[in-house]
Amino acid sequence: MSRFKLTALSDMLSVDTGADRVVPPTGFTARLTIFTSGAMAFLAVFALALSMASGRLATNWRDALAGSATLRISAPAGQMAAQTERALAILSQTPGVAEARALSPDEQRALLEPWFGPDLPVESLPVPQLIEIRETGEGYDGDGLRLRLQAELPGAVLDDHTRWRRPLVEAAGRLKILGWLAIGLIFGAMGAMITLAANAALAANAQVIQVLRLVGATDTYIARAFVRRFTIRTLIGAFAGVLAGLLAVLLLPSAGAEAGILTGLRFQGLNWLWPFLVPPLAAVVAFAATRWAAMRVLEDLS
Amino acid sequence: MIDLDEVGYSYGGGELLTGISLRLAPGSFHFLTGPSGAGKTTFLKLCYGALVPTAGHVRLFNQDVRELSRDGIAFARRRIGVVHQDCQFLDHLPLAENIALPLAVSGQDRLEAQANLKELMGWVGLSDRTGALPPELSGGERQRAALARALILSPDVVLADEPTGNVDWEMSQRLLQLLVELNKMGKTIMIATHDLGLIRAAKSHVQARVLRISQRRLQLAGADL
Repeated sequence: MSRFKLTALSDMLSVDTGADRVVPPTGFTARLTIFTSGAMAFLAVFALALSMASGRLATNWRDALAGSATLRISAPAGQMAAQTERALAILSQTPGVAEARALSPDEQRALLEPWFGPDLPVESLPVPQLIEIRETGEGYDGDGLRLRLQAELPGAVLDDHTRWRRPLVEAAGRLKILGWLAIGLIFGAMGAMITLAANAALAANAQVIQVLRLVGATDTYIARAFVRRFTIRTLIGAFAGVLAGLLAVLLLPSAGAEAGILTGLRFQGLNWLWPFLVPPLAAVVAFAATRWAAMRVLEDLS
Repeated sequence: MIDLDEVGYSYGGGELLTGISLRLAPGSFHFLTGPSGAGKTTFLKLCYGALVPTAGHVRLFNQDVRELSRDGIAFARRRIGVVHQDCQFLDHLPLAENIALPLAVSGQDRLEAQANLKELMGWVGLSDRTGALPPELSGGERQRAALARALILSPDVVLADEPTGNVDWEMSQRLLQLLVELNKMGKTIMIATHDLGLIRAAKSHVQARVLRISQRRLQLAGADL
């Protein structure tokens, strides 16, 4: 089956200007096909950029927040230092914890600064003490640590970030899938539009088809004239659309270093090459759509 | 070559042809006559597989048309040259390309094709019209071009539907002479025409069988011809 399709593809695209010339040139459908494939390729580049940016976002969020946790100690002011010491001691004994460090008042003030301003007297307020935990590669037993903390330091709460990290990573993952779905829909719509244009061209050339059949043309020969034409037009349009799309992506503002775990829409590194797969894929879609339309019309006309 | 066995053809509930049996033997010459609307064109279309009979069997080169795929019919048509009533050209292509169309669709060798084309255009007297577009041709030139196109693949059978319908007497005699020459080369010829003068003129040059379609049936024409 695949061999047949490859043979049909090479037959259809083989250099035969004769097969091309038998169909009169039609400027309107030519321009329509080029415009459609160009517009679709332009959108496909953006969908691809969105999908890849979402993938990067999911990875960034996963990587940036994985391997760290926060221990929050709430205790009366007089017991805070002792409980912090005890928590650090417990953490130093816990397998899988690489480092545990109590945040200084300045660091805690910096964390609260966006909400309360720069002059917050952290020392005089009942602000919980935060301990930053770094895991080893193997990680620690979260449930076991929680049980021990509950027994020895009832006011301590372990937050391993899973609670809010997971939905963000899931959202980014779904956005990535949505991007690929959009690409699929774009190619589907492109195929549908090319089928309509090919149908119109075939209907307009019913007399040409009749003459070709009279002189012994096979369906493959007749279809080839239309398929070649639509495939080449789609390839040209899609290539122009990709170039325009890449230029537009290039002109988008970069996320920059201050974006932190956020990411821009621009492609990165070798990923700039991915959009160049769009024109050949569009040509394959055009080939399949036109061939299907041509064979169906030729069957109806027989 | 082409065999019709008890062939009938109905369309839209009406019977156009019925009980037709005929064998087009190699090298034979047939005229098909009858009044306008009698079914001459339908009969010819059955002979080259453009229509499939609703009764009986049509065999093209020993193959039943019902058992032939569309490609099979296309291959059979390359052995049957058809001169259509209204010529049927591709108006956007120059005359030489129109005549060479059967060569193009059958993927014949291009150099050999060019030699055949030049010779054939000279034979039908259109050497100086190779670049003309079909709408620029006179009726006689169109008919001769249609004949040239029908012959370019050197078919075994030539079916001509009213080939002299749009030309004057002198041109019709010239076209007839070309067809007679072809028959002498061994080609099987069938000409559908309502021009009895043409048939009478041909009988002095070739031994032709004259058939008439009357009341949906095929009959051997009488001695009046």
